[in-house]
Parts: sequence; C-alpha cells; structure tokens
Amino acid sequence: MYDFDFERPATLADAVAALKDEGATALAGGQTLIPTLKQRLAMPERLVSLAALDELKGLSASGGVLTVGAATTHAQVAGQTDYPALAALAAGIGDPHVRNRGTIGGSLANNDPSACYPAAALGSGATIVTNAREIPADEFFSGLFETALEDDEIITAVRFPIPDAAAYVKFEQPASRFALVGVFVSKGSGGVRVAVTGASEEGVFRWADGEAALSADFSPEALDGLSVSTGDLIGDVHGGPDYRAHLIGVLAKRAVMAAG
Amino acid sequence: MTKVSMTVNGQPVSGEVEGRTLLSTFLRDTLGLTGTHVGCDTGQCGACTIHVDGASVKSCNMLALEAEGAQVATIEGMSNADGSLGRIQQAFQDHHGLQCGFCTPGMVMAAAALLAEIPKPSEAEIRRYLSGNLCRCTGYHNIVKAILAASGQDVGAEYAA
Repeated sequence: MYDFDFERPATLADAVAALKDEGATALAGGQTLIPTLKQRLAMPERLVSLAALDELKGLSASGGVLTVGAATTHAQVAGQTDYPALAALAAGIGDPHVRNRGTIGGSLANNDPSACYPAAALGSGATIVTNAREIPADEFFSGLFETALEDDEIITAVRFPIPDAAAYVKFEQPASRFALVGVFVSKGSGGVRVAVTGASEEGVFRWADGEAALSADFSPEALDGLSVSTGDLIGDVHGGPDYRAHLIGVLAKRAVMAAG
Repeated sequence: MTKVSMTVNGQPVSGEVEGRTLLSTFLRDTLGLTGTHVGCDTGQCGACTIHVDGASVKSCNMLALEAEGAQVATIEGMSNADGSLGRIQQAFQDHHGLQCGFCTPGMVMAAAALLAEIPKPSEAEIRRYLSGNLCRCTGYHNIVKAILAASGQDVGAEYAA
C-alpha cells in the first residue's frame, strides 16, 4: 500500500471541504477500499474517514419510509425489522466481520457490479440523499463503479419506500460469494420493480420486460417464456452471458415466490 | 507519523503509525501482540479477526488510525486472569478444534462474537457464522463441536466426529 495522510473530520462540512482536494478519497467502512489500496489499484494522497460524522448515523422509519444513515453497517441494517427484505439482503453480504464494518453508503458509492445494495436501492425505488441534493436511484447508478456523485459529494442517507412485498435472491459465486447474479423484486405504491445485479457490464439495471409482466400478474408464472437480452451481460470464467440471462429469469421467479 | 491511542485488552496503549498502517500491523509489530495472525492479508481468511468496540472485525481490513479511541480485544485477552485457557479456548483444546493452529485465533474471536450474539447457536448457525473464517486443516467439524461445547450444549453421540 502506498502511504497517505489520514484524517477524520468531525463535521460533514469539514469532510466535504477535505474532499475538494484532488488527491483526497472518502473512506467509509473500508471493506472494499482497503483491499483496493493494498493492491495499489488506487493511490490517494489523503483518506478522509467519514466515521466521526453524526450526520451519517441512525436508522428510522416513519410514514412508510425507512431512512438509513449512510454510515449504517450491514449488520445494523440486518438487525432492523421495518423492511425485512432489506434486512435479509444485508444479512447476506460478505461475512459477519465484514458486515460489522461495511456501510450502505460505501457500497452504493462504490457501485460494484456484483454488489447487493445497488439492487436494493434500484429495486426499491430508493432516494440517495447527499450533502448537496437528493438523487433518485434511477439516476444514481451510471455504469461500472460509476455513480452520479461528484468528487466532493458525500452520501448522507438512503430513503427506502417500504414496499408491500419484496425479496432479494442471489446466486453466489462460490469462491468470492459475491452475487454471480442477484435479483431484487418489489411491489408497492410505485408499482413493480425488478433490479438485477452481478449480470451486466454496465452494473445494476432494471429488467423492464419482467416488471411489465409482473405488473399485470405478480406471480412466478407471469415470467414464463420471457428471456433477457444477452447484449450487455457479463461473460467470464464463472458463466457466460447466456447463463446469466437464464439465471435472471430463474432468480426473479424465486424472488417473486419469496416475496409472496 | 501520527500518534494513535486505544485500549487493547483493557490496557491503554499508544504508538506512532503511518496513515497506511493496518490495525493488524499495529497490534503485531508495535504492540508485539502476535497472537493475531495475518493469513491472506486480503480480508478473506479471518485469521486476523479481533473485536473493536464489541464487534468482530478483520484487523487487516482496518487502519490503525480508524481504531483511535476504540476498545480492542484480541486473542491475548481471551485467557483467564490466571493465564489458564478461557472457556472457548479450552473447548477448542478439548475437542481438538485445531490442527496447525494458524486460523485458531480468528476462530476463537469469531466464536466469542457469535456466542455474545447467540448464546446457544445451532450447528447451522455456527457454520454460517464461520463463513468469514477459513480453516484448511480441520474441515471445520471439530471447530463446530468446540463452539457447541463452549456454549454449554451437548456435543454427544448425535454429533460424533
């Protein structure tokens, strides 16, 4: 690991100011960033820890919306009971020790194409709240490890409208246990959403044909005969685009079944 | 270099570290607490598992400076006050929950975190909880037995090795 300066600002304003430095990178739970630094895939001059920011902490539910502070760990999200499908998703990320450090804000800002949280945010129609603005999930994820965030913008919270029914099912890549494909399905006042992670070269995406079919009939059978275009799907040693396309259909059905 | 201070196994400690100094490195090289093992150094094997403010974490996946002011517990703090093996350590010995022993510090710390969360875990809960701790010797069987025993549950005939 190359060396860097480390700082832990006490306020959100100080953290935003620190990130205006071109060589600065935000550090949340570090469960992706620290391994990345070890591999020398990133070379920040300064790491700005978000751990001391009270503005990023806390979990609360009211009016059918669960608001999760960006610094909330996966373990804490797994422990909440207001949005069970989100709790179940968080409980399946990494392992217990990783879940005690990794945060929802860090995961969303990183936008790993195989991460679970992007599927939850997009599949729930969540709103990503930053120090500067509110970004609908539909406009947040802009490609592989790319988001709408500016360099000096910090996620402060994520607002999830709690759906009537939802579930996430992933097929784990057996070595890394990341999602080879994961599908998040929800049905609520905003309609039916189907978000897919792990499958596309462009990162998380909504499966429009699946959503249309499930809007008409929210049952696994509604997805019979539908196929997913393999155009942008990932092909690697673990599975080809056709395999991932197949998994999307299967996992979407299982998610609908689990959502009930 | 920056000064970092924390409490490790109940003792206040401090030292000078670089920004990039890992918590595992601080424990082992600065404090000489070499019971915390570094296996893969990529956050996967769990040999370096310790507790920070009561939560189990991988100390190779955390910077020393992130632990400023924290309460840290390592394997060295798991024995009894008189130096004899603690409950979980004794169960690992009794049930031969190790072979080479390299993963054991992390296994014991993971087990302690599990039992704090679920005092009487089922076999399935134990196996699921150990998903972040790799052992290449035992096949996990005796580790699971040891944790069952440490939780005060019977590891009798239905769970014979």
